Amino acid sequence: MNTPTAVGLDAQAQPTGIAGSLGQRLGGATQIILAFASLIALIVIFSVLKPGAFMTTDNMIGILQATNVIGVMAVACTFVIITGGIDLSVGVLMTFTAVMAGVYMSKWGWPMALGVPATIASGALVGTISGLIITRLKITPFIATLGMMMLLKGASLLITEARPIYFSDVDGFDLISLGSLVEKVLPFLPIPNGALIFLLVTVLSAFLLKKTMLGRYTFALGSNEEAVRLSGVNTNRWKVIVYTLSGGICSISGLLVASRLNSAQPALGQGYELDAIAAVVIGGTSLAGGTGTILGTVIGAFIMSVLINGLRIMSVAQEWQMVLTGLIIIVAVYTDSLRHKKA
Amino acid sequence: MKTSSEVLIEARRLDKSFPGVRALQGVSFELRPGEVHALMGENGAGKSTLMKILSGVYQKDAGEIVLDGQPIDIHGPAHASSLGIGIVHQELHLMPHLTAAQNVYIGREPSKAGGLWLDEARLNSDAAELFKRIHLDIAPTTRISTLTVARQQMVEIAKALSHKSRVLIMDEPTAALNDVEIEELFRIVRQLRDEGVGIVYISHKMDEIQRIADRITVMRDGRTIDTVPASTSMQKIIAMMVGRELHATERDIPDLSAAPVVLEVKGLQRGRVVRDISFQVRRGEIVGFAGLMGAGRTEVMRAIFGADRLEAGEIHLHGQRVRVREPYDAVAAGIGYLSEDRKNFGLATGLDVEANITLPSLKRWLKAHFLLNRQASEAISREMVDKLRIKTPSIHQLSKLLSGGNQQKVVIAKWLVRDCDVLIFDEPTRGIDVGAKAEIYALLNDLAAQGRAIIVISSELPEVLHLSHRILVMCEGRITGELHGSEATQEKIMALATQRETMTTATASVHRIPT
Repeated sequence: MNTPTAVGLDAQAQPTGIAGSLGQRLGGATQIILAFASLIALIVIFSVLKPGAFMTTDNMIGILQATNVIGVMAVACTFVIITGGIDLSVGVLMTFTAVMAGVYMSKWGWPMALGVPATIASGALVGTISGLIITRLKITPFIATLGMMMLLKGASLLITEARPIYFSDVDGFDLISLGSLVEKVLPFLPIPNGALIFLLVTVLSAFLLKKTMLGRYTFALGSNEEAVRLSGVNTNRWKVIVYTLSGGICSISGLLVASRLNSAQPALGQGYELDAIAAVVIGGTSLAGGTGTILGTVIGAFIMSVLINGLRIMSVAQEWQMVLTGLIIIVAVYTDSLRHKKA
Repeated sequence: MKTSSEVLIEARRLDKSFPGVRALQGVSFELRPGEVHALMGENGAGKSTLMKILSGVYQKDAGEIVLDGQPIDIHGPAHASSLGIGIVHQELHLMPHLTAAQNVYIGREPSKAGGLWLDEARLNSDAAELFKRIHLDIAPTTRISTLTVARQQMVEIAKALSHKSRVLIMDEPTAALNDVEIEELFRIVRQLRDEGVGIVYISHKMDEIQRIADRITVMRDGRTIDTVPASTSMQKIIAMMVGRELHATERDIPDLSAAPVVLEVKGLQRGRVVRDISFQVRRGEIVGFAGLMGAGRTEVMRAIFGADRLEAGEIHLHGQRVRVREPYDAVAAGIGYLSEDRKNFGLATGLDVEANITLPSLKRWLKAHFLLNRQASEAISREMVDKLRIKTPSIHQLSKLLSGGNQQKVVIAKWLVRDCDVLIFDEPTRGIDVGAKAEIYALLNDLAAQGRAIIVISSELPEVLHLSHRILVMCEGRITGELHGSEATQEKIMALATQRETMTTATASVHRIPT
């Protein structure tokens, strides 16, 4: 069977082949490199324009704090979006889990060791329910999670009777986000715990996505769900797992926001999901599913927060901040589509 | 046959490279007016690339294209159309919700009031005239989705001709057609040829090419090997295509009557397409399923595999009844199914070769129950790439970048790795070249010899006859007959495949089947 021609062809194909696949891999990283370069550019520009105000420790800490919540939420979204789905409920889910944290720890007086896991479990449960609605009732993710978003918003307001729940009595709750373990070891580096948690979530998520069966199926579902089903994979179950994971991660953003404000604000949260989705998209994850990285999402989240922070320092009106953010999203997605066209 | 020495379009020493592949190297090709010029070669030989350059989809890297004696550059598909070069792609590019006429004139709709209003009346009359020219009896206002695949293809041809094409490229036009529909297509091809249109005909089907073509150009590994008259022996052409001689092997059909039954189904029922289906497959046996398109063969297999729900019936594996509600039940029980439609149902084309090969078997190599074991899955993928001779620069190549035949091999590899007792191959060689076909046949025989129970669905009768130990023939959702491999002939199969219940229940396609 092994004829000279076939061997000859293979031998010829090899050198260009390796170059080709290398180019392809770099191609996959292009968007991340591009996004990272844009982030650095933004930082440089703001540093030059407002030297005394932008590049200060306080402001950097401020950016880290501002990125945590949306960043963690965007990481949660990344999983769902890679499967080709969407979760519109994450913004309100953040609020809902903050409220549930308030119920567990403030109202019912549970200790944090119990209250925090219970909060994460509540978020995961909401994700499971979304996943079941999507797979069992066969409702498209957009509509299912749109319904879930409204439902959770109502639920948050009902549970709190539209009043904030304060965590004043929960000892150390504010330290989840605002404390700094790093500062205790390295006094000159007051990185807040919230940023540390964001880092931890990022690393774990990237690991899950790259190294585990869950990650492999996440990409496979987004690439061709029917082919995956016909390969004997229980696609419905894996989808539910992905939405559950996303809900669980999202509840961490709920804990972070509640800790930072030391309260659960039931009216907060709507619209956050769009910022999170924007961060995911800026980071190079395609809404069509099948491709994406956690690192890209994190960079995307930082681009958004650095931009808003910098513009605020430069006293640009909030309206213009929105306009610029919108433009950035469009430009980011456009460059990404150019890359795909070339491939 | 009108042969003329003048040349309509000529490609001279074309080069074209893609990342990782030199698709064309110094390819030359000429087409005369009034000839059917077949282009043959294995998958990945460069046929489609050449045609895409001629039709403006790709730009050449080097070389020359000469039309009517004038060197030209073709800037894009629209430019190619304006030059009179039309192409009918292998996959249909029609909009199912629009009418036949709207599809033909999409983007060029006749208008009135300075382009504000669509002139629907003229659109339809133009289309009617066009259809009449090629004797196609479709009303211009017919919605595309209501037409059979064959008729949709005719509309595609009409669309290509509506640009007043003098060069018509047809890429695997008969892949989805049955024998009668092929005849209708040939009639149109011959008519166009007689009108002086130059036709490039890409196909893997030898018998067809010998019937329709005037000349044959063979390509291999991105080069043109030779151009020969269509009367050249097929053995010789195959040898040119694969660069080696292929011998049809005499085979003896093993006596498997004593072998244990692996799969038995009883009384399967699903709508009108799966009606009271019962059969057995024994250990080591290859059972072929023959029938016309739409006879229900794929539907039977999808139901057995759990891809579609059964309304009634039982499935037994090794004598044990198994309940299959979803494909994962079937796979867990040891049934694998290779879909006929690899792009939609077979491959996750956005994933690399390794991910696809290991998709059904991921669990086998997990560390700590959820960590992927990359070493193990890469090793098995490399082994499969070598064993099946999958042409890919690496196992991390995205599967969408492979040629059709190599994609099919990836699908086969994934089921070989999964190690099922029952393997169902639905059109395993569709769109695959001769060399790869022979390899796949050898593979199926090996699998059977190793004791698997194999089911093969194929619309190519020689393939069914060549492979099967036993042949079941279906018509209109029923099994209409069973033939032992040694007694089966194309005629007997066709007789059973057209054995309709009553003419009154006949569907729209009936009038095109001779009875």
